[in-house]
Amino acid sequence: MTTVALAPRVAEGARGRVTIRGLTKSFGATRVLRGVDLDIADGEFVTVLGPSGCGKSTLMRIIAGLERQDGGSVAIGGRAVDALRPDQRDIAMVFQSYALYPHLTVRDNIALPLRMRRLTFAQRLPLVGRLVPGVRPTERAIDEAVRRVAAVLQIEPLLARKPGQLSGGQKQRVAVGRAMVREPRVFLMDEPLSNLDAELRVHMRAEIAELHRALATTFIYVTHDQAEAMTMSDRVVVMMDGRPLQVAPPARIYDDPEDIRVARFVGSPRINVLPAAATGRGSLDMRGLELPFDADLAAGTAVQAAFRPGMATAVRGSDPSGLAGVLRHRENLGSDLFLHVALPGIEAPVVVRVDPTAVADFPVGEAVSVRVPPAHALVFDAAGARLRPRASAAMRRHG
Amino acid sequence: MADALALPAPAAMRRRGFGEAMAALSLAGPAMALMVLFLVGPLVVVVLLSATDYQLGARSLSYVGLANYAEMFADRVFRKSLENTLIYVAIVVPASVALGLGAALLIEAGTSLRAFYRAVYFLPVMATLIAMAIVWEFMLHPTLGLINLALREIGVEGYNWLQDRRTALFTLCGIGVWQSVGFNMVLFMAGLTAIPGELYEAAAVDGARTGLDRFRTVTWPMLGPVTLFVVVITAIRSFQVFDTVQVMTKGGPNRATEVLLYTMYSEGFSFFRTGYAAAVTVVFLVFVLALSLLKTWVLNRRVHYA
Repeated sequence: MTTVALAPRVAEGARGRVTIRGLTKSFGATRVLRGVDLDIADGEFVTVLGPSGCGKSTLMRIIAGLERQDGGSVAIGGRAVDALRPDQRDIAMVFQSYALYPHLTVRDNIALPLRMRRLTFAQRLPLVGRLVPGVRPTERAIDEAVRRVAAVLQIEPLLARKPGQLSGGQKQRVAVGRAMVREPRVFLMDEPLSNLDAELRVHMRAEIAELHRALATTFIYVTHDQAEAMTMSDRVVVMMDGRPLQVAPPARIYDDPEDIRVARFVGSPRINVLPAAATGRGSLDMRGLELPFDADLAAGTAVQAAFRPGMATAVRGSDPSGLAGVLRHRENLGSDLFLHVALPGIEAPVVVRVDPTAVADFPVGEAVSVRVPPAHALVFDAAGARLRPRASAAMRRHG
Repeated sequence: MADALALPAPAAMRRRGFGEAMAALSLAGPAMALMVLFLVGPLVVVVLLSATDYQLGARSLSYVGLANYAEMFADRVFRKSLENTLIYVAIVVPASVALGLGAALLIEAGTSLRAFYRAVYFLPVMATLIAMAIVWEFMLHPTLGLINLALREIGVEGYNWLQDRRTALFTLCGIGVWQSVGFNMVLFMAGLTAIPGELYEAAAVDGARTGLDRFRTVTWPMLGPVTLFVVVITAIRSFQVFDTVQVMTKGGPNRATEVLLYTMYSEGFSFFRTGYAAAVTVVFLVFVLALSLLKTWVLNRRVHYA
């Protein structure tokens, strides 16, 4: 994608700011949104990530005005939009199925939002409309805008085609073009890459991120794919059960999750979670291993200790400083080798990443010990909320 | 085994090719035979008959060339019949398509009683038209009929609908529309449910404010293939109008409701002029065939999106 400049926009700091307060929505007895608060800055790329049914699409549809909330408010650019129709909200949306008009050419698809706004019903009539005064200059301006957008997206050769003659990736670009042409305050994208094959998806990820940098407009992007969320966004909203669990930059979501559900949802393979108990003397007892953890916890308090597969190390045989288990399964991905280690009395195996060259060191069925560096262990209370040691909490405040 | 191995390859292939051809013939043969016997054959016979002076029940016939056609196009009755048929089609097709679409849109837009409305509109399609024609005849009776009695109540003098030259054809058109609306409505409703909801949402975001905008941007273009089908089917069915004429007017008064199929019927089975009736049938078939070709042609060029 080249960086052909679009028409300069009016410089307003708050133009694309989105403020969401106390949003609730139920479908019958199902509570889809249970109070969502969100502040999105102008020009920010925010991804709403969550499993299917978490309410992320409903949230987007309420922002777009396609669905009406039961309670709460949405403001775009500092203006409450709750009573406005979708076309009055100054947003554009890219749909999962692209939703291109199959009977119109690519050119007409992209031009349609402008025609709808700038021409009256009579002026839009076929044939007769051309005779209404004032149509020709407007049509010329619209055509100019379409050409500019097509140049940015490199779809000029496709302008005369119909959607039925386009590939998935090309349809995707046309849908983005139709959204861009109006220069909206906010772009809403509802799983726009989920209908593409894996290779194209990676490519379009980069293109959309680049497009966001070029346009500097607010993007709100809904997906269930953590790779999309982690690679494109400024901030990620992890949603579950109708509530945002954590709103933070991708690296923080991965390294420093606030909730065990966030830790479990983000990261592949999944994070390992083991039961542990507080000792009452500034440490945790995890299956006989003592992990230093300085927090106000009464002795015997049950907690959950979690660590990412990449953070632990594995050694062959039994080792007093590790968790003793048996190697059940190896997954060699070429770049990584994942060991599935069964610990006695625990159903799910612990997954540890080791260097693939060490594959010969770990025969399946042999005893293996897993070492967990205390600094990389994440501790959650029994309900799943994150617990932090006193010292590191203080350090974070200063850093 | 040894024989099979010794067989030169081309001969083996030739033998397999022959086997395949036999299989194909035995599988497709019955259908082909039935098609020739019941569809193509009669069609050819009709075309051939139209070039003879054959009379129903006669023992001999002779070739007369295009004499039947010459007589037909010179005949005032046939010209009137063709004109009436075209008027009938020109009224019934647009009216029943528009009303069918309107009914489908209204029912789809409503939230309750959908099944009820659907059934009500579809009733005339399921009813036997001959029986319905008799009911209509009573309703249209000049003195005892429900319609004229109702009109009299509001101070309007009704017509003798079926016996007045000015109203007879249009009355039949009205009954034709009444009969076709339900069928067209069901087809349009099927078409409406096939339109993806995301298109309407895209249109709403793009600025389609009114129902008319939505109709023009999404509904009407997306219904293109269905509309074409409905128009062609209704046109063919309208060309075939016969039962109401036969039951209610017998082509009268004074040929005011003489239509193609009625002419064909009376020439062929009242006057036994089979050759002439065959010529009328050929004209009718030309119209139906032209409509079918038009549909295929347009479908291939324009309304097909996939």
